[in-house]
Amino acid sequence: MTVKSTARARKKAAPGVPDTLRATGTDAQPELVQLLTPEGERVEHPDYPLTTTPEELRALYRDLVLVRRFDGEATALQRQGELGLWASLLGQEAAQVGSGRAMRTGDYAFPTYREHGVAWCRDVDPLNLLGMFRGVNHGGWDPNEKNFHLYTIVIGAQALHATGYAMGVSKDGADDAVIAYFGDGASSQGDVNEAFTFASVYNAPVVFFCQNNQWAISEPTTTQTKIPLYRRASGFGFPGVRVDGNDVLACLAVTRWALDHARSGNGPVLIEAFTYRMGAHTTSDDPTRYRATEETEAWKAKDPILRLRTLLEKEGLADEEFFTAIDAESERLGLRVREGVRGMPDPDPTLIFDHVYSEPHALVDEERAEYVEYAASFEAGENH
Amino acid sequence: MAGQLSIAKALNDALRKSLENDPKTVLMGEDIGKLGGVFRITDGLQKDFGEGRVIDTPLAESGIVGTAIGLALRGYRPVVEIQFDGFVYPAFDQIVSQLAKMHARALGHVKMPVTIRIPYAGGIGAVEHHSESHEAYFAHTAGLRVVSPSSAHDAHWMLRQAIASDDPVIFLEPKRRYWDKGEIGPAADLALHDARIVRPGTDATLLAYGPMVKVCLEAAAAAEEDGRRLEVVDLRSLSPVDFTTLEESVKRTGRAVVVHEAPVFLGMGAELAARLTERCFYHLEAPVLRVGGYHAPYPPSRVEEAFLPDLDRVLDAVDRALAY
Repeated sequence: MTVKSTARARKKAAPGVPDTLRATGTDAQPELVQLLTPEGERVEHPDYPLTTTPEELRALYRDLVLVRRFDGEATALQRQGELGLWASLLGQEAAQVGSGRAMRTGDYAFPTYREHGVAWCRDVDPLNLLGMFRGVNHGGWDPNEKNFHLYTIVIGAQALHATGYAMGVSKDGADDAVIAYFGDGASSQGDVNEAFTFASVYNAPVVFFCQNNQWAISEPTTTQTKIPLYRRASGFGFPGVRVDGNDVLACLAVTRWALDHARSGNGPVLIEAFTYRMGAHTTSDDPTRYRATEETEAWKAKDPILRLRTLLEKEGLADEEFFTAIDAESERLGLRVREGVRGMPDPDPTLIFDHVYSEPHALVDEERAEYVEYAASFEAGENH
Repeated sequence: MAGQLSIAKALNDALRKSLENDPKTVLMGEDIGKLGGVFRITDGLQKDFGEGRVIDTPLAESGIVGTAIGLALRGYRPVVEIQFDGFVYPAFDQIVSQLAKMHARALGHVKMPVTIRIPYAGGIGAVEHHSESHEAYFAHTAGLRVVSPSSAHDAHWMLRQAIASDDPVIFLEPKRRYWDKGEIGPAADLALHDARIVRPGTDATLLAYGPMVKVCLEAAAAAEEDGRRLEVVDLRSLSPVDFTTLEESVKRTGRAVVVHEAPVFLGMGAELAARLTERCFYHLEAPVLRVGGYHAPYPPSRVEEAFLPDLDRVLDAVDRALAY
């Protein structure tokens, strides 16, 4: 037999790979945990039961509406030149509010730079989030005040911080749990995969909450993965689940389960919240260059707020007075954010030298003194 | 700690004391548990303090530093071992973009008491990526403190001071000196960032740190036979640099030669030469000269002696400085 024919024989044999060894799972549609359909139908899932009172449903609706309003206000403020940039969460409200409301007070969230809805649920003042987008700080809030870490811009880096924090929770013998937020793009990062490894081998109480919004700026999820993202977890030895990211009830139920699973000593969970980035990546982006309007339109029909409103109305759980009151509160929030941002002062330039180190550092002290003297020389000149 | 201890043992003892004194101190790294680290710096510590305090990690440097940041956020005081200098680069983002900036980004609300120990520099006949001197990258990064001891006493006390610091410290251990022995004093006699005049002299100042301090001391001893009295200053700290001590010395001697293993181009010597020239201009009899590695990848070990500054190259630079 010639070498050539052997090669041909091998090539022919390739399609015979057993199903269990196939790398792709894209042919079969994975299960999507859903408790509230896009049409506003309440459905049950055997693994993720959820009982909600009318008050809870109304509270979730309020969260969704106010978060969207805040986000829209920030986009407008960027257009008006009040913010340098904004990363909109439009379309991802349910994923963030559902997971955010699943957390207990002692739990800790490690966000990307788009988790405005989670911040809302952690009771972080929305104005705190806008400082970095206005350019007056790089975040600056006290992460430990609300157990909401600073926004992280380098993609996926915070997954390791969350895992390390969770390792500390284990050492403390506490029953807190941690959520690491990231996106479909970040799933390709080494740091996220290293976080999976560390969390798995140390059994760390961390939930990896991946908002698969289908787009990493201009790159579709198919550029990042050949298998559904939630299945990555099995390779690392922990459970993964795909949830309808536009279904606030499913996100709440699945995240609550995952946090309890983690805090009970069972190790990490990966949740893939299947959702859609309705807006641009940031205000600097132009999605018309890389995706079709039809796709965005199709996702509009799956809107996370509309389906909950439909449920509330259909079941008679909220009346017109309620919706009017939410709208009014939404207006007040918009006004507060608008005025708050416009009134946000530029910091004194000596901020540059503040907090570089927590203890004195000779070089920083020297350069600060030089700067202060230099700046003062102009002020002295003005007096003449 | 009576008697002579090797630098390796002095470091081991510093880690032991730090673990004893603060229950929040944890050690993390590859092979630091049962093996005691490839250089045995953590020898016996896991046995005595348990797997929860002396943690063998997965083989992922970014993961080690990234999770150390998370532990620090939870109130721990991690001491990380990077196995070899050349393996730190996968952790570069976590060190320079995350660890170094966290305190400033949080406007001081969180502290990052993380010490990163790295055996560094060459001279041990190793394969590639095991002999690098990358101190300039870290010293260039605001938010990091960078130190490197040259003696057993300093190795011990500087490591304890580094671990006690609330800021991130890159702790560079001169691996070829691990087995050099010295007396360890009962307490730290200098602050972490102070330089030390290790040999007084009058004709020129040799500025060095880590592994090159010994080379400079040998050069100064040889020069004395020719009637030249060289002062040797051990920088000890590379960020910040103790310019007060350096300036005082160079103004006295009028000549300075910086010696390091790292490539000369844009190395620590460039910064030292520039700043000492500004501070000591009217006292200088010669330009500040530099002796160091070349602008080339660290070479195969059979020719590393040609790359590394040695006694002759140091004295050659001294000759040039004195010839002005």
